[in-house]
Amino acid sequence: MLTYAAKRVAATIPVMAIVAFLVFSLLYIAPGDPAAIIAGDQATPADVDRIRESLGLDRPFVVRFAEWVWRVLNGDLGQSIFTNLSVTHMIGQRIQPTVSLMVLTLILTICVAVPMGVAAAAKQGTWIDRLVMMVSVSGFSVPVFVVGYLMAYVFALQLDLFPVQGYTPIANGIGPWLSNLVLPVVTLSAAFVALIARVTRATMLEVLSQDYVRTARAKGVSQRPVLFVHALKNAAVPVITVIGLGVASLIGGAVVTESVFAIPGVGRLIVDAILRRDYPVIQGCVLMFSFLYVLVNLGVDLLYTVFDPRIRY
Amino acid sequence: MKRRDFLAATAAGATAIGALAAPQLAAAQGSRVLRFVPQANLSSMDAVAGTQYVVRNAALMVWDTLYGVNSQLEPQPQMCEGHQVSDDFKTWTFKLRPGLTFHDGGKVTTRDVLASLKRWMVRDTMGQVITARLDALEALDDQSFRFRLNKPFTKMLFALGKNNAPVALIMPERIAATDPFKLISDYVGSGPMKFNKAEWVPGSKAIFEKFAEYPVRSEAGDWLSGGKRMMFDRIEWQILPDAATATAALQNGEIDWWEQPIPDVVPLLKRNANINVDISDPLGNIGSLRMNHLHPPFNDVRVRRAVMMALNQQDYMQAVVGDDAKLWKLLPSFFTPGTPVYTEEGGDILKGPRRYEEARKLLAEAGYKGEKIILCVATDVAITKAEGDVTADMLAKIGMNVDYQALDWGTVGARRAKKDPPGQGGWHIFHTWHAGADCINPAPYTALDAGGDKAWFGWPNSPEVQARIGDWYAAADLEAEKKAIVAINKASFDYVTYGPTGFFLQYQAWRKNISGVVKAPFPVFWGVQKT
Repeated sequence: MLTYAAKRVAATIPVMAIVAFLVFSLLYIAPGDPAAIIAGDQATPADVDRIRESLGLDRPFVVRFAEWVWRVLNGDLGQSIFTNLSVTHMIGQRIQPTVSLMVLTLILTICVAVPMGVAAAAKQGTWIDRLVMMVSVSGFSVPVFVVGYLMAYVFALQLDLFPVQGYTPIANGIGPWLSNLVLPVVTLSAAFVALIARVTRATMLEVLSQDYVRTARAKGVSQRPVLFVHALKNAAVPVITVIGLGVASLIGGAVVTESVFAIPGVGRLIVDAILRRDYPVIQGCVLMFSFLYVLVNLGVDLLYTVFDPRIRY
Repeated sequence: MKRRDFLAATAAGATAIGALAAPQLAAAQGSRVLRFVPQANLSSMDAVAGTQYVVRNAALMVWDTLYGVNSQLEPQPQMCEGHQVSDDFKTWTFKLRPGLTFHDGGKVTTRDVLASLKRWMVRDTMGQVITARLDALEALDDQSFRFRLNKPFTKMLFALGKNNAPVALIMPERIAATDPFKLISDYVGSGPMKFNKAEWVPGSKAIFEKFAEYPVRSEAGDWLSGGKRMMFDRIEWQILPDAATATAALQNGEIDWWEQPIPDVVPLLKRNANINVDISDPLGNIGSLRMNHLHPPFNDVRVRRAVMMALNQQDYMQAVVGDDAKLWKLLPSFFTPGTPVYTEEGGDILKGPRRYEEARKLLAEAGYKGEKIILCVATDVAITKAEGDVTADMLAKIGMNVDYQALDWGTVGARRAKKDPPGQGGWHIFHTWHAGADCINPAPYTALDAGGDKAWFGWPNSPEVQARIGDWYAAADLEAEKKAIVAINKASFDYVTYGPTGFFLQYQAWRKNISGVVKAPFPVFWGVQKT
């Protein structure tokens, strides 16, 4: 397995190279001009040209790409065109809120969605099943930002239980940290819970109809061990796959959630950078997200072996 | 679960939630900290290399100016003790007031002043006018310096004290040595607040801390002039791009002051007993329909006039600010209403009922045959989106074939710089707006310039307009200035440099425990207090 993991890690290099080339090329051909944004609305066209020149944006694609690749290979993601801060520093400032948001969302989702799916499958056709399905459909149907605004309105403005916006670093205490994250995490979890609960239910229904489950029941094994020991372990592989795939959509959802709750995360950083055409920041963030996604998929592949011993690499 | 266990668990849960909420309440204390939501993200700090208003607003706290305009738009001494000017307005001598220091402890000297002015003069329109007349800019000693000009220049104090970007900010010599077209990365100034670069999270927060050694002038603070007395140890700019979030945060007391709430949420804020809402900038804004003078059909003045005949400012303004009649007015002028030189002479084409039929006839006379008109609309900016929608409708009414291109502001910003024919990546029309403070006279008003290739986007080319602007620069007193402004207004309407879509104001909102908030073209932090 170690060899497999090493091979997979090595395989990330060409993937990252392709991502880097695509991102750079897309940004090159995309309309927009950071020089015009720096110059501001009142600047003359000549001023904009001079700023573009000073930023080196008038140089050929190949030169700029080669320079950027060389820097990246040396561990330098470059500097923001606007702030003159290093991209690594800017991502470093933003990584904790995003990771906190995503990890807590994953934990909450798994803790809520898997039992929901198992319960729905075990009680198929009953009111519990219908309730779980109703919650799932709602979670899917309501956009993240609507859930966010509703949560903020009820729990922050009306009940005054949590702040409307912002983020407190974990170093300032678990309480303040959690206080800022409760509403965003619940918001971001809504759609993810719906997805995982549905997949868990469908997989569990399939597994529960298998012969070995019938045998276990015939031998007198009670409902709880049947569900959680015999069935759920075998249903885990597709659920883990969906969780892995869902991390990508979680990144997308985090962008919206971070905007609604003004969390200074990487999602907002990349949106701001795109709007301003801050190319080094966009490239750095996309590279980082790509790397993260590749790692998550690797983790998922390795987890398969834990839940299904038949899988070997 | 037993009933008693359930109740115990519920109580524990409620206590835990209360504990989570508590730090928020504690954080809301601190009357020495002001939490402010600016109009946009603060993405840089150089108000000389860039002209973004949000950057200018932040920079005005960190860097000081030699002179500063007050609310009457009169320049007053700020870093300068005073000045002497020769009778022919060719020699201007200034003396710095004593005790000025930068945030890093360095003394402010004329070396810093000269380096800063030289950088600013490259970028600023008035600075360029000074450069064109400059024989020498020289230090007499550490405290005094002098401009020697070869032509009279009566507007020197306004140039040094205006609030329009690029602002003549005084920086340490080492920072001012930066290429004027490159953004600085060292933010040391001598203004009343220091910029805390270590805590800066672009797109989220920017922190300013009180500069204890700032020598406050004895006069009362008035816009950029007088005593800039800071009542806060710390000013936190919180970037909240989402208006709904900012609204909720202000209602909840998580922020103190919101520079620019959108009109949609103003009624809600006005109903809140803890919030004040008032006009932010009395000089307001002028909406702009900008045509490309380089290419057909708008290279023909008859086509531009046809558009003006159909342009209904009421439609534009209601689309931009809604039904609140206090927020807008008709503007048959290129200049900011309520200012000393304001005039409506020459603006008849925008007055009275709109003349769609005449406009159609004029278009036909100019040879317009239904060619596509590329209208570039920045749909991510509420004001330009509203203006663009009205324009599309108006052009259709006079028989123009509109190609409405929905873009983001970043794309419009790049697209408008292209001089290519509209069918080959260029454009015909885009929208923007100009701060009224930039339209008080021709000096900061780049959009009014009709200097052809060197003019602002659209590249209007009118020797007549340029000559009249020259008259204004030469005007020695207010009466002469007024006369020149009337001539500029007439010439600009005759030539249709661009289409003013109306005058509109915007609100600001703040918690009632904040006092001292004034109306100005930029947020004035000095004199503001929190109880």
